Amino acid sequence: MRTLLETRQATFSRAGEPVFEPVDLSLAGGQALVVRGTNGSGKTTLLRLLAGILRASAGTVERHAPVAFLGHLAAVKGDLSCRENLDFRRRFHATASGLSNSRALARVGLAGLGLRPARALSAGQKRRLGLACLLVAPAAIWLLDEPYASLDDDGCALVDALLIEQLGRDGSVVLSTHQRQPELKAAPNTLLVRHHVQGAG
Amino acid sequence: MIAQMSALLKRDLRLALRHGGESLMPLIFLFAVIILVPLGVGPGPNLLASIAPGMVWVAALLASLLALEQLFRPDLEDGTLEQWWVGATSPMALVVTRLFSHWLITGVPVIVFAPLAAEMLYLPDRALGTLMLTLLIGTPILSLVGGLASALTLGTNRGSVLLSILVFPMVVPVLIFSTGGITAAAEGFSARAHLGLLAALLILAVTLVPLATTAALRLNIE
Repeated sequence: MRTLLETRQATFSRAGEPVFEPVDLSLAGGQALVVRGTNGSGKTTLLRLLAGILRASAGTVERHAPVAFLGHLAAVKGDLSCRENLDFRRRFHATASGLSNSRALARVGLAGLGLRPARALSAGQKRRLGLACLLVAPAAIWLLDEPYASLDDDGCALVDALLIEQLGRDGSVVLSTHQRQPELKAAPNTLLVRHHVQGAG
Repeated sequence: MIAQMSALLKRDLRLALRHGGESLMPLIFLFAVIILVPLGVGPGPNLLASIAPGMVWVAALLASLLALEQLFRPDLEDGTLEQWWVGATSPMALVVTRLFSHWLITGVPVIVFAPLAAEMLYLPDRALGTLMLTLLIGTPILSLVGGLASALTLGTNRGSVLLSILVFPMVVPVLIFSTGGITAAAEGFSARAHLGLLAALLILAVTLVPLATTAALRLNIE
């Protein structure tokens, strides 16, 4: 199994203080990593570090495949319609093999809202649009920061289903969560690692 | 990389069109200055011709400054800015694209309507070419320098005051060489020295600003 994401003693420091203890991880296709930790323990920082938004202050982070990052903010433009947002993501990542807009929107439960401006969506619907962005521009590595936040039960089940599909395609997922456990039992070759991020110092 | 740049440019222009009123501000500024100043100082052709270069340039400067506060801030707030650094993107190419779209939105309208403005202000015909050249070379400098200041003040809560204080000293040379060149041309002298210095400033800005702006943005998202 090909290794997609690898870190060696990676950490990130703010004002000289490491945010969490050095992280060693290696993630192959079909594997998921669940990052757990208390508020402020550095889950988001770790995910941003893995995505490349932050640079490791020590150690290395290696990404051997395209990465998609879904953070607290869904990274959609409120003044553009859902469809235009998806079009942008597809063009920006220059991948042709993703779902069409209408199929992606239907998959995340936003069928029929393609023309609605994203600013008119509720918080949960915006999260769903963020998930649809992952579907139109497929990447082998998904980095999801609190993917269950502001989603209803139905939405949480949707996230689990999307995770299983992604792992089934031999993709990898790293997700942080402090509330819900992903239910991935149905997925083949799933390795669930729980990484307790330790607040250092 | 080209695909990313063109996707971003298309989205920026689409958003600018969607905010129709805001996108017209550069032109409103230009014509407000050109219509209001003669009412204040009197419509004498000689007086207007002598202050015409300064008026067109001040309008271009204000139009450019107006949109700077919103150059990167909405992207920071909705999370699209951090996506520039995800995976194997080239953030500097995206910074250049964003600065280019700022120039298209604030600089180009002023350039297009400058001949009309010059005519309204009795600028001698022989200076028109120089006016256009100074605008063509100078307005990209305004976008570049302004973009850097905008990125540097992104972390401050209300950066617009700081932004103006940062931008004004840096664009003073542009204003001086541009208006100096147009005045020289209006009096029948060669404006080559002024244009050469402007071009040197543009080259300096094009080489240094994207690097510095990318670094400043990176500091702000970390």
